[in-house]
Parts: sequence; structure tokens; C-alpha cells
Amino acid sequence: MSQENLIPLLPVWDQPDTSRIPFWAYTSKDIHKQELEKLFYKGHWCYVGLEAEIPETGDFKRTVVGERSVIMVRDAQGGINVVENVCGHRGMQFCREKHGTVKSFVCPYHQWNYDLEGNLQGVPFRRGVKQDGAVKGGMPKDFNPKEHGLTQLQVARRGGVVFASFDADVEPFEDFIGPEMLAYFDRMFNGRKLKVLGYNNQRIPGNWKLMMENIKDPYHPGLLHTWFVTFGLWRADNRSELKMDRHHRHAAMISTKGEGGKNAQTTNISSFKESMQLNDPRFLDVEMEPWWNGPTAVMMTLFPSVILQQQVNSVSTRHIQPNGHGSFDFVWTHFGYEDDTPEMTERRLCQANLFGPAGFVSADDGEVIEFSQQGFEQKPFHRTLAELGGRDIEDTDHMVSETLIRGMYKYWRKVMGV
Amino acid sequence: MNMEIYLQLTEFNQEYAAAVDAADWDRWLEMFTDDCTYRVQSRENFDRNLPMAALSLSSKGMLKDRIYGITETIFHDPYRQNHVISAPRITSISTGLIEAQANYAVFRTKNDGIAEVFNVGRYLDRIRQTPDGLRIESRTCVFDNDMILNSLIYPI
Ligand SMILES: [Fe+2]
Repeated sequence: MSQENLIPLLPVWDQPDTSRIPFWAYTSKDIHKQELEKLFYKGHWCYVGLEAEIPETGDFKRTVVGERSVIMVRDAQGGINVVENVCGHRGMQFCREKHGTVKSFVCPYHQWNYDLEGNLQGVPFRRGVKQDGAVKGGMPKDFNPKEHGLTQLQVARRGGVVFASFDADVEPFEDFIGPEMLAYFDRMFNGRKLKVLGYNNQRIPGNWKLMMENIKDPYHPGLLHTWFVTFGLWRADNRSELKMDRHHRHAAMISTKGEGGKNAQTTNISSFKESMQLNDPRFLDVEMEPWWNGPTAVMMTLFPSVILQQQVNSVSTRHIQPNGHGSFDFVWTHFGYEDDTPEMTERRLCQANLFGPAGFVSADDGEVIEFSQQGFEQKPFHRTLAELGGRDIEDTDHMVSETLIRGMYKYWRKVMGV
Repeated sequence: MNMEIYLQLTEFNQEYAAAVDAADWDRWLEMFTDDCTYRVQSRENFDRNLPMAALSLSSKGMLKDRIYGITETIFHDPYRQNHVISAPRITSISTGLIEAQANYAVFRTKNDGIAEVFNVGRYLDRIRQTPDGLRIESRTCVFDNDMILNSLIYPI
């Protein structure tokens, strides 16, 4: 490698296909800015929250689309609006609370006032002040409040989940996620009201795509997640499938846990211990639920912003919130369903110990992402390898493939034009 | 104020800090009753009455399982903890049971040698007086910094 190639100035995809991914895809600031534009702000629906988080009129939740602060709010008609958290006047991020209930939005700087759809309603001293019989100051005669509302995003709601887009021309949500993924989406969000159990937040010092890839990578769970294997929740011979939408941007890893015990597949893995028992079996006190229709785990990536998790009884959304090319916040919203018994709620909470920043399983993922990023940063001219299962992109009926990662980068290259 | 209990509890919390900072998990475990609960919960969830916690263990068996995870299964960057625990604030004393709080700050130092503020919050405690000394029946670590720096492995 010659010296001038050590830091690639131009992001050129110098690999034959997407089974090898250049490190610059994770380390370039310019690429990151373009990703925000092309993936988060145009042409895609991004996750913003659950309807159950804002049940009443005026309830709001502050969140982000990409790196732009937005507010999801319930209006008086029961509708849900998503508006950008930037005042139309001096551009201030006026909403400081993470959630709450309001009658209208007011920017404290100059008291500009917006209704729950983001329309500008009130501008103090718009008509100036009367002094000595004359009107002094105020906005120009042609000032039109309609032009100075908050930026209003497109909103899509399905099964109690809310997505938003800055792009007025974005395709309908159902087309965006496609029929293959829609079936799994509807399986999890089948119209029952959701019950929010709470949040976990972690800041992971790695490129945001690494989290998408983590949930498109069925190679690692049985190897990295020793806990999964030790207690028999993950086995290479579990019945499983990998599926994608037609663009290969979204994916689902679907698996069905078989019966436990020793066989060639598990004994291959050094961490399998047949005799290991939990001191408290409640961590894995799994109860089959009718809506599963078979699979015990379905992990979906809806590109680019969210992961939908069903791992036995633990269900959550995991929101990817980039901050720069080398870091993202990962916000988990755990939930249950309105008809859950108290025992089922308890079970979901108990199994949540496997997930999140302190999870028996998920803690591993945040750590490896951090150290992957460190590897990329020191060697930006190099590339990762994703050749397990070949170099093609196709759905599979097994877990021994990195096809979903190859698929995602095929789509990524197309949209990014690299 | 009952000075004896105040001093006992102060000493107990300092012993707790010493145990977790030394990664002496057997000693940590001994400081709990058998039917204990131990939770590490963000202030966001706590203030909103949401039951979710980063870590929610509700028996000594679960504490043991957590230690097994920490020591045997979870992959993570090695790090050291340093706890600074304030004097306790006792809110009630009844037969054999003390309810108290204490502020804490936990600093994390990885092998690169840079110490950072890792977790800051307060303990909400129910402490049993037993023939063997004080034991934690319930400790909830309510932390202010909702955004965890990647992962939280060791008990707080
Ligand atoms: Fe993982």
C-alpha cells in the first residue's frame, strides 16, 4: 500500500462487489453527511415512536430523525404530527423537555407560538406598539405567518408505530417496507394497543451502520453471545430464515428455538455447557404467545433507523440516532400489549435483562461495535469481509450467511452513488 | 437520629463501595438478603413510573447469575470502577428495617488510563438488620445520566 493511499481522499468502491466493504464507509465525515441527506432525510421513513407514548391531546415526545431534532405530538383530532424542533424565527431548538403535555408550542426566546400541527399562531408585537398615537415597529405588512411555521414532516402510522419523513415525495409507508417485511411487522404490531414499559439509552462510539449490520449478522450470536449458547437459547441448528425486501435494505432474521441438548453443532462451539443451569430460571421462563405463529425470535432491521425486536417474550424497538460518523445513540423502547397479564408483563421485564446496555447478550454488541470502529479508524484504506455463505445476495433458510449485509450495501451503494 | 444505625449504615455503604470497586463479587453477594431485589434504573424511567430498568434482579439467584455473566460470558472492554458514596440519609427506621438513600458517583477507568464519570445517581435502599449485620433487601440505583456510555457490566 503506497503512502498516498493510506487515507482515501475519494470514496471509491474498489471492491468487486459488496462482500467486501471499504472502511471509509464508516470513517468518512463527508460520507456521513451524505448519508444523512440521502438515507435519513430523503426517500426513507424513519422511526419516531409509538402512539402509546402520546395517548392524549397535547402529549408530545421529543426525538430525532437522523440528526435533526423533531417533536411527535398528538393533536385534538387524535392525529399525530411530527414537526421539527427549530423555531421559525431565530432557529432555536425550543423544545427542551423529552416529553410532556402542551396546548401549543412556544419558543421562549420571543414567544412565537405554534399550534399542535406546527402552524405559527402568534407573533408578539407583530403589529408594533402604539406610541403617541403612532404605530411603531412590528413586522412588515407582507409578513405571512403561513410561511413561518415549524417544518412539518410526513407521518405514517401502522399498528401503533409512528414513522416520519422530511421528504414530501416519499413513497407510501407500506411500499417502503415492502410486502415481505410488512408481514413480520404486522405480526408484531397486529392492532393491539401497546403498553410502554420504559426506555434504555446507550451511546455507542461506532458508525450507525454497524448496528444495522449487527442485526443482519446471524454469524455472531452463537459465537460472541456466550450467554445465549451457554443457556441453550441459541443453537446453530435452530430452524431459521433470512429474508429481505426487494431492495435488500430491510431484513428479518427469523428463528425458531428447537429442543435443547447436545449435538454436533453445539459441541462445536466452545461455550456450550450442557450442565449449566441458571440459579433463577425466570430469565428464560418463556411462554409461547399465539401471535408468534411459530418463530421464537424475529429481529427486523428497517433501514436506516430502527430495529424491531422479538426475542421470545421480550419485545422492543431500538432506535438508531446518529451523532457524527463515529457515534450513535441507541434508544430502546420496551413495550408489552394491552391484554398482557401482570405475569406476562413481569416476564417481559425479566427477560429484558438480556437486552439493552447492561444486557447479558446485548452488552456484547455495543462493545464489539466500538472496537470495530477503532479498527476502521486506524486503517481507513482497508475493508471488511462479508463472504460467509458466498458473495451473492439471496434469502436463505439457514443462519450461516452474511447475505443480509451484502444486500444492505448493494442498496447503500445505489442510493449513495458510490 | 439514631447515631449507631447511622454509623453502621455509613460503614456498610463504604464496605459496599470497596467490594464493587475490588470486583469482589462474593462479598457483594453476601451483602444482600436471599429475597433481595437489585435494580439499576434510569431516572427517566423512575420519574415516569415506568418499570423498565437497565438491570432488574429480583432474587439472590439472579444476582449470582449476573455475576456468572460478568465473569464468564459477557464480552466487554476491561474497566475499573471507583465509587464515591455520600453519607446516608435515613428516611425511616422500623423494626429491623432501615429505609435510606445515598448519592453516589461511579468513575470508570479503562486500560487506556482515562477516568470518566460513568454513572451518577442515588441509592434507594431498604436495609435489614440481621444477626449477621446489615443486609440489603432492596437497592435501586436511580441514575441521572440516562445515556449509558456504551455498556454497563458491573453492579453499581
Ligand atoms: Fe448480537
